Amino acid sequence: METKDIKHDEFVINVGPQHPSTHGVLRLELWLDGEDIIDSKPHLGYIHRGIEKMSEALGYKQFIYLTSRMDYLSAHISNQACSLAIEKGLQIEAPARAQVIRVLMAELTRLASHQLWWGALGLDLGAVSPFFYAFREREMILEIFEETCGSRLTMNYITPGGVVNDLHPDFVKKVKKLIEQLKGNLHEYYQLLTGNVILQARTRGVGKLTAEDAVSLGCTGPVARASGVKCDVRKLHPYDGYDKVEFEEVLNDKGDNFARYWLRIEEMKQSIYIIEQLIDNIPEGSYREKLKGVVKLPAGEYYQRVETARGELGVYIVSDGKKEPYRVRFRTPNFSNLNALRPMLKGAKIGDMVSMMATLDLIIPDIDR
Amino acid sequence: MNSIYQYFRAIWYGFSSLWKGMMLTGHYLVHPKKILTEQYPENRDTLYIPERFQGEVVLPHDENNEHLCTGCTICEMNCPNGSIKIITRQVETPEGKKKKELDEWVYHLGLCTFCGQCIDACPQDAIKMSNAFEHSVYDRKLLTKVLNQPGSKLKSAKK
Repeated sequence: METKDIKHDEFVINVGPQHPSTHGVLRLELWLDGEDIIDSKPHLGYIHRGIEKMSEALGYKQFIYLTSRMDYLSAHISNQACSLAIEKGLQIEAPARAQVIRVLMAELTRLASHQLWWGALGLDLGAVSPFFYAFREREMILEIFEETCGSRLTMNYITPGGVVNDLHPDFVKKVKKLIEQLKGNLHEYYQLLTGNVILQARTRGVGKLTAEDAVSLGCTGPVARASGVKCDVRKLHPYDGYDKVEFEEVLNDKGDNFARYWLRIEEMKQSIYIIEQLIDNIPEGSYREKLKGVVKLPAGEYYQRVETARGELGVYIVSDGKKEPYRVRFRTPNFSNLNALRPMLKGAKIGDMVSMMATLDLIIPDIDR
Repeated sequence: MNSIYQYFRAIWYGFSSLWKGMMLTGHYLVHPKKILTEQYPENRDTLYIPERFQGEVVLPHDENNEHLCTGCTICEMNCPNGSIKIITRQVETPEGKKKKELDEWVYHLGLCTFCGQCIDACPQDAIKMSNAFEHSVYDRKLLTKVLNQPGSKLKSAKK
């Protein structure tokens, strides 16, 4: 580790690895001059599980369940990315019904993830009640997942060739009820947090990230879009029929904390809009193309990128023709989004650190893998 | 003069936004029917658990103490964590042929991640997931279970 000359009135503090505001085990080293942050340095590795290496020992169908443990709030979308990469290698495409189910599940996941973020942002800024309001709708989404997929958080539902189970008979009814309730309740979100004077004071103009920084640091997802960078993989490289649905890529050019906050709320509305378009038009037919018991990809390299709730997730698989992958690499969104913390923290006050971390929406297991 | 105006305006804004938030809280205070909190350990009997919920792997037996497992070990091969161990034994059929038969279906609940790939892979549909979710025990050894009941045998194909 590099050492830095510390002047007589500067000091170094550690935030974490078990700091309550970090939602995970991230250690931040902060150089401070009084209340001003001079520099910061994240230390990773506290929750490294070696998912990439573990995947090399498991078959193609088997390692997908591990990706749910990376970004646990976008478990469906991570599974989808792996399934799409394997389908690319097998040169098959999921049936139309399965594709629509995948998109529906992905958008529900995005809604659930943003709701948890919204609640946790309130917690970080000292407001406890938003957490409960956010969990009210999130609980409904998790119940829908539980009914169809069998689990609430780490579903392992999307598999190469389609999805594991058909939709639950109550699925359409429950999703419609959810959308109705969510639309009716969004004003509570504004009433409770958006207009709040404390949130406004702690987010407006704080934690500015320029578009140049966002691009050069590799930020994706809402963090980059709040700085005005067009980077939605669903628009740029459509997968699973995202080109057939209509939605808007929300952009904001301010790049501060409030822009990221506003953008995620708007993204929730877009997710609702996508679900509304698809929920009445789920095609009939097979939901799964049965693959062989042991899947073998032809030798080669396969890459698939998807848009998770936090940004771009890339899955890179190298196959040498055996039943296990030769190498699996995940390009995770949170790792690059974490880089944005350093330019944001430079010159900021230490009290603003928590709100910056909260609006970056970091998932630490996704950074370490 | 302007700064004084700004000062009082900020105070007014602070109070009004606090009042807005409290209005919502108050709304739920007087509408207790809208509150969704569940009292978990007390409502165990009325708890809604979906049919597909993946609680633990079970090997269903019918009334004659017969199951469907042939001991092919496909589930063992598909399990990513090694939480399944199928022990088979050689038995002689009345015709004198040697045949493999399930001896013990060992399930390590402590290793299981409930991914459901064993159920997905089983060609006989012999195993399934039950809805039980309260798995905590005081001894780790109790998490290793033998799923086939003593004296059980394979269900014959003819009915």
